[in-house]
Formats: sequence, C-alpha cells, structure tokens
Amino acid sequence: MPEPIVQVENVSKSYYRDSLEIPVLHDISLEIPRAEFLALMGPSGSGKTTLLNLLAGIDQPTSGHLLVAGKDIASLSDGDLAKWRSENIGMVFQFYNLMPVLTAYENVELPLLLTKLSRKERRKHVETALSIVGLADRMKHYPRQLSGGQEQRVAIARAVVSDPTLVLADEPTGDLDRKSTDEIMSMLSRLNSEFGKTIIMVTHDPRAAKAAHIVRHLDKGELS
Amino acid sequence: MIPVSYTVRNIINHKITSALTILGVSLVVFVFAAVLMMSTGLRETLVATGSDDNAIVIRQASLTEVQSIIPRDQADIVKTSPEIAVATDGLPLFTKEIYVLITLLNRHDGDKANVVVRGVSDKSLELRPNATLVEGRMWREGTSEIIAGKSIAERFAGCGLGETVRFGARDWTVVGILDAGGSGFDSELWGDIDQMMDAFRRPVYSSLTFRLADPSSFVALRDRIEDDPRLPLEVKREKEYYADQSRSTAGFVSILGTVVSIVFACAAIVGAMITMFAAVANRTREIGTLRALGFSRLSILNAFLLEAMLIALAGGILGIAAAATLSFVRISMTNWDTFSELAFNFQLTPGIVLRAILFAVVMGFIGGVLPAVRASMKRIVDSLRAV
Amino acid sequence: MKLLKLVLRNSFRHRLRTSLTILGLALAVVAFGLIQTFIAAWYSQAAAAAPDRLVTRHAASIVFTLPLSYKEQLLKIDGVEQVTYGNWFGGVYVDPQNFFPQFAIDATTYFEIYPEFIVEPDQYEAFLGERRAALVGRALADRFGWKVGDMITLIGTIYPGDWDFVIRGIYTGKEEITDEGTFYFHWEYVDEAMKQQMPGRAGQIGWFVLQIDNPDRAAAISTAVDERFSNSWAETLTETEEAFTLSFIQFAAAIIAGLRVVSVLIVGVILLVLANTMVMTARERISEYAFMKTLGFRSYHLIGLILGESFFISFVGGIVGIGLLALVARLVAAALSNYLYGFAVPQSTYFHALAVAFVVGLAAAIFPIQRAIRIRIVEGLRVVD
Repeated sequence: MPEPIVQVENVSKSYYRDSLEIPVLHDISLEIPRAEFLALMGPSGSGKTTLLNLLAGIDQPTSGHLLVAGKDIASLSDGDLAKWRSENIGMVFQFYNLMPVLTAYENVELPLLLTKLSRKERRKHVETALSIVGLADRMKHYPRQLSGGQEQRVAIARAVVSDPTLVLADEPTGDLDRKSTDEIMSMLSRLNSEFGKTIIMVTHDPRAAKAAHIVRHLDKGELS
Repeated sequence: MIPVSYTVRNIINHKITSALTILGVSLVVFVFAAVLMMSTGLRETLVATGSDDNAIVIRQASLTEVQSIIPRDQADIVKTSPEIAVATDGLPLFTKEIYVLITLLNRHDGDKANVVVRGVSDKSLELRPNATLVEGRMWREGTSEIIAGKSIAERFAGCGLGETVRFGARDWTVVGILDAGGSGFDSELWGDIDQMMDAFRRPVYSSLTFRLADPSSFVALRDRIEDDPRLPLEVKREKEYYADQSRSTAGFVSILGTVVSIVFACAAIVGAMITMFAAVANRTREIGTLRALGFSRLSILNAFLLEAMLIALAGGILGIAAAATLSFVRISMTNWDTFSELAFNFQLTPGIVLRAILFAVVMGFIGGVLPAVRASMKRIVDSLRAV
Repeated sequence: MKLLKLVLRNSFRHRLRTSLTILGLALAVVAFGLIQTFIAAWYSQAAAAAPDRLVTRHAASIVFTLPLSYKEQLLKIDGVEQVTYGNWFGGVYVDPQNFFPQFAIDATTYFEIYPEFIVEPDQYEAFLGERRAALVGRALADRFGWKVGDMITLIGTIYPGDWDFVIRGIYTGKEEITDEGTFYFHWEYVDEAMKQQMPGRAGQIGWFVLQIDNPDRAAAISTAVDERFSNSWAETLTETEEAFTLSFIQFAAAIIAGLRVVSVLIVGVILLVLANTMVMTARERISEYAFMKTLGFRSYHLIGLILGESFFISFVGGIVGIGLLALVARLVAAALSNYLYGFAVPQSTYFHALAVAFVVGLAAAIFPIQRAIRIRIVEGLRVVD
C-alpha cells in the first residue's frame, strides 16, 4: 500500500453549547491513500461533515492529529491554515456557494488570486478547468443564469483549478436531480481516474456513493 | 486580494440600499463643501480687492476704515512721501477717501442692509486696476452724481443706472456702473469726496490709498510714518488690509460649518454602518466560502472596508458635484469686520474637493470598520451553515 | 391592534440594526434641535425687547451720531415718558478677538428704562459716583475673571487712545434671556475727552431710547419723532426696540438662512437612514409576508405591520433624540454662556422633532408597503435567499 496522503489519528471533536459538551466525533482513525476516491456515508448528525471540515482545515479537532501529505494541520495557526487551504484543498459544497456577483470565469479564477500566477497564466488555468467540466462556453454567465447542475460544475472547476492535494465534496448532489447527479458523479470519477485527484466525498445518497472506490460509514461519531 | 469587481458589483446589486447610503453621505459632503466654498469665496473676494503695489493708511488702532478718522493736515503730510508713484498727469498717484455706511433697502425683499459709500477722487479708479466703469460715465465734479458697484446696482433700490437714491439728506443720481471683477468694490457706491464730506458733514478722511513707485520701499515708508509723532496712523499693504477683513466672518462660517458637518456626519456614518452590517449578514455564506478557499481574515476585512469606502466615495463625488453647482450662485451677506454688505461667489478649489472627498472616505471607513471586523471574525464552519 | 405584539417582536429581530437606526435618528434629531435652538438663541435678544421702548437713531445709518440736544425735544413729544441715550464705544480689550459690546450711557437714566438689569444698590451708588466706573454683566465678568474694583484698559478704535475703567458693579439679568455680556460706563467720560481733543465730536450720542406710555401707540409716536426732525441736518429713524435689535441681528441673516437649509437636509438624512432600514427589512421578509397572505391576512394587515414598525423606530429615535438634545443643549449652553445668551431649547423644537419623526416614519414605510402589497403569494414563497 502506498504512503497514505491523509492520516487521521485518534481524532475527537466536541462542541460546547452553553456549558454542555456535545461530542460529535469520537476517537476516529483513518488513512486514505493517494489518488483514492472515498465516500463518507451516514445519517444526518453522524459527524461526517464535521470530519470533512477538519480535513479541510476550517475546523479544529478537540484532540488527536490530522496529517495531510505528512503535515499536521491541527497545529497550524489561523493565518498559516488559510494559506495551506489555498494550496492544498479544493471544496465542493451542497449549495455550490458561488459568488452571485461574479461570472463563472471569475468564480473559478478566485482561488488563483491567492497564487503568484500572472493574469495570462490564470486565464489558461481557468479555461482548462472550465473545459474539463464542459462549460467553456458559459464563462461569461453569472450563477443565476446557470442551472443547478451547471453551477455545481463551475464549483468543481473552482475546486480543481489550483491543482489541490485534496478535493473535498460535501453532499455535492444533495440539491440536484437524478440526471445532474449522474453528470456530477461521472465528472468526479473522471477527475479521480484521469487526473489522479484524491477525492473525499460526504453523501447520504447511495447512488452517488456508487462512484467511490471506498465507502466508509459514520454513525454517532464512530467510524465503521 | 478579493477582486475589486466583487465589491463593486455587490454595491451595484443592492441598488436601493446603496443609493440611500450614498445619498446620505452626499448630503453631508454637500454641506461640508458648501461651507468651505462660502468661506473661501468670502476670503478670495477680499484678497482680490486689494492690490500688492498699493498701501493704505488708517488711524492707529482703528482696525478698519469704518472707525478711522484722518484730519486734513495729517493727510497732506503723508501725500508728500517720496515713495508714492506718479500718475499720468504728473501728480502723485494718491487718493484721500471717506468711507461711510448707509442703510439701504433691498430692491427685492425690502430688507435693510448696510452699504458702503466711498467718497473718492479722480485718482481712485486708476489706483484700483481691478475696477472699470462698464456702463454710463464717471460722476462729474461738484454734482450729486455717483457710480454704483454692479452688485449694489442689482440688489438695492434706487442704485441702478439712471435711478436716484437718497442719503445724507440729498438725492443722488447713479450715472455709471462699476465692475470690480467680483472684488469688494462691486459692493460700494462711489461719489465725489467733496460732495460726500459736505453731505455727511464730515470734515475728516477715513483712509489714504496710494501706489508705491517701488513696492520694496513699503517697509521704510511704513516705519517712517508710524514713527512720526505728528501722525497717529497705521500703514498696511492694501492686499493684507482687505485680507484681514475676512477673518472673523470666514472663520466663523468655517467653524460653525465644521461643527454642523461633524454632527451631521455621525448620522450618515450610522447609516453606512447599518448598510454594511446588513451586507455582512446577507453574505455570511459567501464569507465562509471565501475563507474556505483560503482567503485570509485580513482580505475579508479589506473587502468590506473597501466596499464601505467606495460607497462613501460615490457619496462624496455626488456631494461635490451638487456643491459645484453652487459656484454659479452669488450671495450677499454682512461682513462682520466692516459691518457692511459684501457680495461674493461660492468658490470651489481643488483643496476643497480633496478635503470633501477625504471627509467622505473617512466617513466610510468609520462606518465600515465594525461591520468589516465582524465579517472577518466569523467562524468558517458557522458561516458556511448560514442560509 | 392585534398585530402589535408582532410589530414589537419584528422591530427587535435585528437588535443591532434597530439600535443603530434609533441611534442614527437620535443623532440627527440632536443636530436638528441644536440648529433650531441656535437660531432661537440668536433671535432671543429681539425677543427680550420691551414693547414700550423705542429707539431713535440717525436716518442714514447707525454709524452716524445725533446731537444730545435732541433729548429735550424728544421729551416734549406726546407719549414719551423718559429718554435715555447711549453710544457704541468699540474698544479693544487686549486683543480684537476678545470682542464684547461696550456702551457709553447716561448713567442716571439708563437703568430706569432698563429695569431688567439688576444691580446691588451699593454697587450702583458706587458706579454713579465715579466718572471712570464701569458696570459689567455677570457672564462678561466671568469670561475674563473680573471682580468689583478691577482696573480695565480698553484701546479705543472709534475714540482714539487708551481708556482706563474701574469695575464698580456687576449686573445680572432678571430673565434667562436677558443679556449679561455688556460693558456699561459713563457717556460723560468719553464726552469730556472729546471736548478737549476733538470738539467737533463732543455732545454726540449714538441713539436715544424712549420710554413710551402705551405700546399700542408705538407707531404713532415713532412717526411723530421722525417728523419732528425731518429736514434737519440729522434726520432720525425711530423704531421699536425689537425692530432695532433685529436690524443688528440681521447681519447674520445669510448664515441663519444657511442653517435653516441644513436643518432641512438633516431631516433628509433621518429619512434616508430609516428608509434604508425599512427597505432591508421588507426585502428579508417578503416570503414571510407572502406566507401571512396564505394564512388569510389582508394587505391592510401588512400595511399596519410595516407602518407600525416604521413608526415605532422613528418615534423611539425621536424621543431618544429629544432626551439627548435636552442634555447636549445644556452642555452647549454652559460652553457658550460667555458668547451667546438664551441658549435654551424652545418648546416648539420638541414638537418639530416629533413631527419630523412622524413624517419620516410615514415616508420610510411607503416603498416597503408598495412591495408587500404587490407580492403574489407564489412569487413571495419562492424567494429563499
């Protein structure tokens, strides 16, 4: 087995509401090899989104270690974490989270503004990413002029444009019809098989989970 | 780092809210600029009244011509000063004048105002290069004829060309109109000094004005006259003398105006704050997304501050544009230093534009800073969950 | 109204926004009120004028003097009970910035006609008994820290030379709006010096004050006075004390007019702030309004809801502003007491502020109401974010 790109070691996460402790994840350990496509399934409230957020570096574990490409992200400062995210993480959300005032092109370009790339280089990357998701002809469209499936494809282009280490998807098909779901899943599969992207996807849709190579189940904060 | 187009398009997208906020800022900037334009206009008008080469003599400690009294013998001593330039007719370019205030009625609303009557000599016009006779003719010696500054001719009953006005127990006919290029002389009535002295029963002069052959001889001349025990007089450069007269009124206008603008600005700042807090609340999920993409807290802070400052800048530009139309407005008010009416224009200068724009941007900054901090402090996980 | 509870709850849904709006309105109301109070204070001198006093001055302008000999002739005019006179001195105390009015007056008659100036009998006696004595207002004395017995020198601008005075009394005003900032001294003091130095200027006074028997006859007596001196070389102009004072106050007319414009603009800002809040609120609640319509609420219910919220915020803002204004005005009055008298918020200003709150509350609700009425249920519910 190749060197794992993600190592989750004894991670626990609790939230505090008033002085009440609400445990969400309990002593989770998980290893994900490079170029893997993993689906995290489980009922709502099982903690799967929390685990994904921890991997994305937008939330911090209560205890344990999270290593991504050998780096312990639980110990990074807020500012370093932001920089780390821009270089290593591409995220896809259930409700796409595109900036409504920016065009498809500009939305995809956003993560590249955090790099040192020139305008010309950015243009090349954005055009490539948009053509991979089949939306090269929709560059000048605003999100409200696109269908839900198209919006999610723009979001996927945005997630991969900076060539991140990990692509994290949180219920990427949760708001889509069946036809669009199939489109999105085949696109993620292609990113995994053709471009070797490591993908971790949270879903409760078995149809979507079929595209993944490994399916893990979370229930009440424990991995099975 | 977050693209400016994101900020600008968000402003445009919330048309009504942005427009209301911009209008609020523009009202404040309008008032602020108008006040500065008013005091500048007043000051510039008086500065333009005096000439650099001229000196004016008034009684010691009398501050202005209104209070000044100069007996004939003292005037004659001053007249023999060698520094005085020679006029075309070979005589000194020198004039003795009297300056009195009379009450006249406004042509339009009948309000009373104090107007300057200046008893002048044949050299007075030559000494004021900014003043020319544009209509009619000069007064004739020994008659009750006067010429009127164009602001006075327009505003006061009986002061138009060919009209008759009564003061000093006489009727005076206006035979000419004086255009002094927007300076203080536009707000005066001029007549033969001997006639004026007779009508007002004043045997003494108010001031002496003369051209210096060599402007650099001013200091020597001043020191000699002021040290002469026979002459309890004060000598000033004409330009400085008039510039000093703007001090009280222009100063009061700018202080009062600044205080009002600042109180006024507080309300507009609160308005901007409301708008920005709403913008932050409406875009919570976008903020979370940007942060998840790797944008730092600082870049979120900057984006929202920029948004507030751009809105304020738009308000500033609108306010300045509205204030610029005031440049065409000529107003007339009492100058407190001389207690007489003075007509002047609101005057827009690059300095005022700069200050007004800066004022607007600072308003935007103050209004935007709290909402921007709130935006940058949001936790990513919570923001992403927001609807 | 049954929806009152909902109006109140709605108003506090965005606690921060509502508080800020109220703060913005209150600040604007304070600015509005201060300007109105300033204008009222400016005109308070005219308001303090007594109806039974007339002022006679030179017809050409106040800078010309009248001969004292007119006094006897004035006393002979029917209806004139007493005559006193004064003159503008225009001296500089140390620096021209320290401006305050100085009147050379006829000591024996002046304070008979002006009973609103109260001075202790022994101080008044001391003042009468000394040529160089001065009687100064309480506010003026406080401004420069003067005490009875202090020596003061004024540099004459109209009357050349240095003039020495001894403060012999400090007067206070009977009413709150009575001026306490004037410097009074003996007209004879100046006149004697003039007799010696410039005989042409001796025996001259700036204006006469006439006490008349019946205020209703003010116009007739004024005419009688001016006719008496018409065609003499010094014609007179006689008017009520109020009109005379107003002609002095008029010199700030342009600034007062400007301030009035500004106070209208402030109402504009109040409206913009509240309208902004109401527009935002309406936008956020469109789906709620649509939902209420599905429940069977009618347009007038929604109008009541929106108008109620708008009025609630505008009136709370107005009332908070009025409270702040009363407080701030007191501070400003204390700070300005040396320069401006009668800086007290006129009652009418409170009513104006409430009227503004009403109008603004109404106007700010118009646009949101239009939107709420126009929404069709289906459209409204579709708006999610």
